[in-house]
Amino acid sequence: MRAADLATAVVLMALGGLVIFDAVRLGYDWGSDGPKSGFFPFWLAVAMVVACGLIVLQALRQRTDKPFVSRAQLRPVLSVLLPATAMVLVTEMVGLYVAAAIYIAFYMRWVGRHGWLPIAALALGIPIVTFVIFERWFLVPMPKGPLEAWLGF
Amino acid sequence: MGFENILLGFQIAVTPFNLFVAVVGIMLGTIIGVLPGLGGANGVAILLPLTFTMPPTSAIILLTSLYWGALFGGAITSILFNIPGEPWSVATTFDGYPLARQGKGGQALTAAFTSSFVGALFSIVLITLFAPILAEIALKFGPPEFFAIQLLTFSSFVGLGGGNPLKSLVSILLGFILAAVGLDIVTGQLRMTFGVTELMKGFDFIVAVIGLFGIGEILLSVEEGLSFQGAHTGMKLGVVFETWRILPRYWRTFVRGSFIGFWMGFKPGGATPASFMSYAFAKRFSKNADRFGKGELEGVVAPETAAHAAGVAAMLPMITLGIPGSPTAAVMLGGLIIWGLQPGPMLFKEKPDFVWGLIASMYTGNIIGVVMVLAFVPLFAAILKIPFAILTPLIVVICAVGSYAVHNSMIDVWYMVIFGVVGYVFKKLDYPLAPLVLALVLGDLAENALRQSLIMSQGSLGIFFTRPISGVIMFIAILFFLLPIVTPWWRRLRGGPMGTPAARET
Repeated sequence: MRAADLATAVVLMALGGLVIFDAVRLGYDWGSDGPKSGFFPFWLAVAMVVACGLIVLQALRQRTDKPFVSRAQLRPVLSVLLPATAMVLVTEMVGLYVAAAIYIAFYMRWVGRHGWLPIAALALGIPIVTFVIFERWFLVPMPKGPLEAWLGF
Repeated sequence: MGFENILLGFQIAVTPFNLFVAVVGIMLGTIIGVLPGLGGANGVAILLPLTFTMPPTSAIILLTSLYWGALFGGAITSILFNIPGEPWSVATTFDGYPLARQGKGGQALTAAFTSSFVGALFSIVLITLFAPILAEIALKFGPPEFFAIQLLTFSSFVGLGGGNPLKSLVSILLGFILAAVGLDIVTGQLRMTFGVTELMKGFDFIVAVIGLFGIGEILLSVEEGLSFQGAHTGMKLGVVFETWRILPRYWRTFVRGSFIGFWMGFKPGGATPASFMSYAFAKRFSKNADRFGKGELEGVVAPETAAHAAGVAAMLPMITLGIPGSPTAAVMLGGLIIWGLQPGPMLFKEKPDFVWGLIASMYTGNIIGVVMVLAFVPLFAAILKIPFAILTPLIVVICAVGSYAVHNSMIDVWYMVIFGVVGYVFKKLDYPLAPLVLALVLGDLAENALRQSLIMSQGSLGIFFTRPISGVIMFIAILFFLLPIVTPWWRRLRGGPMGTPAARET
């Protein structure tokens, strides 16, 4: 837990440093007609670096043996996170509807070990319902790929 | 004053279309409240793109109804499954679940919904009375006053939010920094883009909400290992009336819970601490204090009354000052801007039909809501019987659709995934998410208020302290910021016990 706490604080501190660097480039003082662009971010970042520094000191003084995440916990987390990331990647290639169908089918089979009939019903049904609600009723377009183009949408 | 306004509001809220919108909103909201991983804030965020083409009044009725539904829905999972769907229903599990295990689930649910309704109604009446007055006062506010109020909003997270004050502060700062990324509309300069074109558009708070609360929450709940062991609902019409005969006995708890809820709720981060506080008070004053935690009906009444009163009260600063009291209200505020309305006190003058339609719809929405949840509890409870391997991909797909719909851009879907991981890590490390979201929404408004104030005073921070209203607010804000430093010192002086850590808001 402590290592993760320290790492997060240090990453945020570095982020603050980056913001300060950019704010200095933009100018953080008084311009001809008011504060310059970098004024607000500069002081925010300074405060963040200071606060993260204090968090680091706080964390260094504490002793906890509890790990941030145990191996047994990490597995289910990754089993959600990795397929979800893969779905976003696949969406880039074939559009959201096809990606959602593949993702739902994969997840139901791999994690849930469901039968092929419910898998087929939901993997096809959910994207179709989404399509009707978003594209048809509310006219909100989703990313589409070759399949939708072939179907003429 | 007032009466003809609220009458006008009812004429708008009680049209067939708007009533239909309310029913749909409550239905969806209750489902969202029941589902783990989806809550009021990201439910509203996902639906927001669908409202772009609707008239603003119907749009806000849909979103607020969704919010009421989510508030009701949280109670169902708390009582029947011992899973608080929302952080403010944690206290409801203490007595609700034991009651359900004893076969008194129907009683507990009836008590919860009735208490929610009473708490909500109390806050709505107060909003009806005070909102116009507050808006009238706020009309005289200039940039320094608005900046001071925003500072007060964030100081209360640090001072009163519970948890680690430094981490609350970092969350706020990170939210403001993310809000500043992209084009600076005042000077036209690009900030913190480092030459990356994708960063020019900045970070949308809707995507942040969906990622932090939606994806992040799923990651947390799978880590804890979800197991739904539901108790039987035991919901019958007879039970409802039976419970209603008992409930007046707890009128003191109702009154106390309503006041605590309203008082905590119109300040940010209110609903969760309000529910715990109300529970603690009820236990303290009850004759059956030893039965609390083992299935005491009063232990359901107390937190539910306060949580709903607070949830509704969070709307008050949003409609009068343009400053949201909760992340859900923040998303709605974002909606107002998208629908072309300028949030703030001018709304009462320029769009009375919108404001009063909204206030009237709070009455109708909560009445419809309590009837619907009482009637359809078994249906909503059945949602949790859906296997986990179906629920998870479904929620992820809904989140992705919602994120993409905001700007029709894939980069937002990637941000959603990243915010999801950040939400997971932050939650585990005790960084609160609510202030981050609020800062992201209010970032531009706060920065402009600060800049305009400084231009008015030609660079002197004194302007915040010399004007009477902003001076007082600034003083309270600074007091709140200093509270975490002062409190331990004060406690050591008195030798008192340490405070209980408060749970957090979504």
